[in-house]
Formats: sequence, structure tokens, C-alpha cells
Amino acid sequence: MTTLTAPPKTAPPPARTRKSSGTAARWKRRIPLLPALVFTIVVTQLPFVATLVISTFQWNILKPGDRHFVGLSNFTFVFTDERLRTAVLNTVVLTASVVIISVILGLGLAMLLDRRFVGRGLARTLLIAPFLVMPVAAALLWKHAIYNPDYGLLNGTLNAVYRLFGAENGPTVDWISSFPMPAVVVSLVWQWTPFMMLILLAGLQAQPGDVLEAARMDGATALQTFRHITLPHLRQYIELGVLLGTIYVVQTFDAVYTITQGGPGSQTTNLPYEIYLTMFRKYEYGEAAAAGVVVVLGAFVIATFALRTIASLFREEVAR
Amino acid sequence: MTARLTPFWTFVAWLATLAFFAPVAWMVLTSFHQEADAATNPPTPFAPLTFDQYKLLFSRDITPFLLNSVMASVISTLLVLALAVPAAYALSIKPVEKWTDVMFFFLSTKFLPAIAALLPVYLIVKDAGMLDNVWTLIVLYTAMNLPIAVWMMRSFLAEVPKEILEAAEVDGAGLLTVLWRVVAPVAMPGLAATSLICFIFSWNEFMFAVNLTATQASTAPVFLVGFITNEGLFLARLCAAATLVSLPVLIAGFAAQDKLVRGLSLGAVK
Repeated sequence: MTTLTAPPKTAPPPARTRKSSGTAARWKRRIPLLPALVFTIVVTQLPFVATLVISTFQWNILKPGDRHFVGLSNFTFVFTDERLRTAVLNTVVLTASVVIISVILGLGLAMLLDRRFVGRGLARTLLIAPFLVMPVAAALLWKHAIYNPDYGLLNGTLNAVYRLFGAENGPTVDWISSFPMPAVVVSLVWQWTPFMMLILLAGLQAQPGDVLEAARMDGATALQTFRHITLPHLRQYIELGVLLGTIYVVQTFDAVYTITQGGPGSQTTNLPYEIYLTMFRKYEYGEAAAAGVVVVLGAFVIATFALRTIASLFREEVAR
Repeated sequence: MTARLTPFWTFVAWLATLAFFAPVAWMVLTSFHQEADAATNPPTPFAPLTFDQYKLLFSRDITPFLLNSVMASVISTLLVLALAVPAAYALSIKPVEKWTDVMFFFLSTKFLPAIAALLPVYLIVKDAGMLDNVWTLIVLYTAMNLPIAVWMMRSFLAEVPKEILEAAEVDGAGLLTVLWRVVAPVAMPGLAATSLICFIFSWNEFMFAVNLTATQASTAPVFLVGFITNEGLFLARLCAAATLVSLPVLIAGFAAQDKLVRGLSLGAVK
């Protein structure tokens, strides 16, 4: 892992304004910060340097004597390999669908929960539960208790409904093999919608009431108020939700590992899972490292936008 | 003043809530059923209830996995706090120069995919003979949660009123007195929320746990996937295991409900 922003400069201090801000005083201020800073640099930056180095080697542990420097050829491989290209595409499809659908559902739920209704507190509590279920447990739950063709809740309910209307039996759909990507997407949307809802609800509640009141007095319709006041106000919260969601969902490993193992074929193999396979099934360390570097560069692009959004929210807060 | 939902929209809100909650409810309900009643088609939600699955889980050694999880999440959370609280102090109350750059450095480490670090971490840990060791997970979870904790704690410490701090210093109060009397009361709820968030993330972590442990140090999520492959499928017991391992986070999450969004958005949203 690496830095996306310039590290703090230890170089020449700015012109001194007061005598007390001398070297000793400055170090006294820095001391509480140092353990956390050093720990973070050692544990998160050094492995990334190692990844960079390994990515330039031909290194397969099944061929022990054959470890040598190959320059950028692993990257040539990464960019031309069919499987990796599929994995990149799958990652984009998976991440985009999960994030977009959960933002839309989350916005709907947040708008409902922003109003008073019977049992609002309880509804909110129940709604965040999917996000709190352990991701691996959630994936197993969807795979075995819900999607299973023989006794899963989906087919079971279909069956019960069919019988209710006098049919012999409901259809037996093998959800995961028939719709592998949607199956993974639905389970992740289920987990991430509460996250989006919480962020957007916080945004709605930070909305200045007097502006809404004024809009109402001026005779604006609900739709107009939503389009021209609520949505612009929510924009940065939506951005934040999209960006944080993207960063977490791009890294999805648990759900793919548990629900589909990347299959059938490589239909649901995303980049993290492909890197895992390259490491622990093909033992191609050089290639895995090169793919890792590519993932980091991708994350870098997303993170640049994310950091900009967070920085703008942060500046507002500091200025307050 | 918040407007009220009409009965129609109240109905929609509750319908949506129940739809989202249904899988959780189904998981918990199935965990209290016998295997024969769990895997039926059509489903039999009103089958008799039993604690058998939970009893079986504990007789099948889920305990060491739970203990590893508790150890990894509790110790890493304590380490995170020990590192993050002083750092947050140096980023808010007595800020170092360029403190915003430091904040964004911490944040940037959070944005890099953990999978990219897996290979070097695996090689280093293997070389050091630390594979299958809970302390390896503790160090990794500490690094994973430290940026979140620094951001969260800073946002809480920034709420300590500057005037009172200055007044206390003018009055000649010592550092410890200031910390205890002025900073601690404001920071305590933040400290609790931060620990809960860090606990949740460590408890749920799977990728490092499954790839860096084998038998001795495996945590609860590893137990879940392992028990499927080892024992074939027992739906009711699977649901019991899933409920059991999710329970601490459900409790922590409900307890930290109001602060959850602040932690998840790294303190950006209150």
C-alpha cells in the first residue's frame, strides 16, 4: 500500500512567528503522533514496496530454481491475459451494479426514514441489521438458505405460492448457476444498502429546515423541492457514499469466495479473487504482484476522487 | 419540524424494512429448527423450536475459533486506541504543523486494496514463522483500523472547546488535569464509538484470516467456511453458526447506531 498524498515534510520549517515554536517545541508536539505514523508506514507501505519488487520477477514456487528478474514482462502478461481482462470487466460490472443499486435503494429508504412514522426507530434498527451480519455469514446464508435450488427460501416460497394456486409444483431454478453475477450482486446490495441509507439519512437530516419551509411557502411541489433543494444538498453525501462504497466493494472477496468461487468458469471472478487464485492456486507470485500493482493503480484513481470529496467536507468542518 | 408519512407510505416503509430484514429473521428462525425442518420445500417456518443446533456447535469446537476472534479483535482494538488517541491529540488539540497532510496520509492507506498487500504480507509472515498465529492478525487488523480510528478520534477531539482548554492552561492546570477534566468528558463517547467500529471490522475480517491461518489461529469466519466443507451441509447448524458469529457485531452495531455513520464515513458525516 502506498501514499496518495504527499507525506509531511520534515524539511525547512516555515518562518518562526513565536520563539516558543522552536525545534524542541515542535518535536514535543510531534511525539504523540510518531508511534501511529511509524506503525502505519511500516505495516502498510513496506509490503507495497515488496509488491513492486516482486512484480518484476519471474517467480513460481513450483519451479524453485527459476526465480529471476524479468522487468515489465509480468505487466505485459497482466494486460494481455484473457482471464485478467475478464476479471477487470467483472470487477467493474460487480462494483458498478452494487454501488448504483444500493445508492438508489438507500436514497429511497433514507427519504422514508427522514419522515416520522409509527415505529421509525425500530425500522431503522432492523434496516441496518444486514450491514452488521458478518459478510461471510451473509454470503453463506444467501448461498445455502436462500438460493439453494432444492430447499432455499426463494424456490421454497415460489413453490408454496404455486401450490396455493393449485399447481403441482413450483419451478426449480438453480439461481446461482443460472444467474451467477446477479446472485452475487443481490447479496452485496442487501449488505450495502443500509450503509448508503445511513449516510444519506445523515445528509437529509443536516438539511436546513428553513429552506424547505420557505420552498413550501412559495408553493413548490414535493417533486420541485426534491429536485432543486434536496438533491443538490445531498450531492456531496451521494458522492461520499458512492466513493466509499466503491472502495469497499471493489475489494469484495468474501462473497465471491463463498457464493460462486468465481464461477461458473470465470463468470464472477473479480480482481481480488483472481489475484488470490494466481497466488494460491497457480503459485505465480510475479504475476500476482503485477496484478496487485494494477489494482492499486485503479484504486488510486478512485481514491483521488474520494479524497477530494472528503477533503471538501473536511474543510467545511474545520472552517466551522 | 419533520413531516409525517401518510399511511400509504408508512406501509411502504415497513414493507421495505421487513423485506430487508427477512433474510436475517430467516437465519435466526432456521437456527432454532431441527435439520429435518430446516431443509424443507416449501419452507416450514412454524416447525417446533429447539436449542439443539447451538448445543451441537459448542460440542463441535466452535469455542477456540471464537476465542481467537475475541483475542484478535479485542487486542487489536486496544492497540489501535493506544496509537490513535495520542495521534488524534497531536492532530487536533495541539496540532503539529501540516496536520491535514498527516490526516490524508493516514486516510490514503485505507484506500488501497488489501489484496495487493496479501502476497508480500504472506511471504514476510511465512519467513518470520508467524503463519497461523493470532498476533499476525492482530498487527494487520491494527494497521487496517488505525486510519479510521485516527479520523474518528480527531473529529471527536476537535469538539473539545478551545476556550476552556486555554482557560485551564492560563489557570496553570497541569497536562493530566486538562486531559482528565476537559478532554476526557468530551472524548469518552467518541472513544466508545471508535472501539466499537474497530471491533466490528476486525471481527468480520476474512481475507487475511483465511489465507494466513491454518488450524491454531483461525477465527470465526474461517470456522464458518471450513465447517461447510468439512461436514457437508447442515442448514440449521449453519444458520446457528452464522447467527452466533454475527451476534457480537449486531449488538455492537445497534449500541453504536448513532455513531455508526460517523465511523463508516471516517468522521466526515456526523
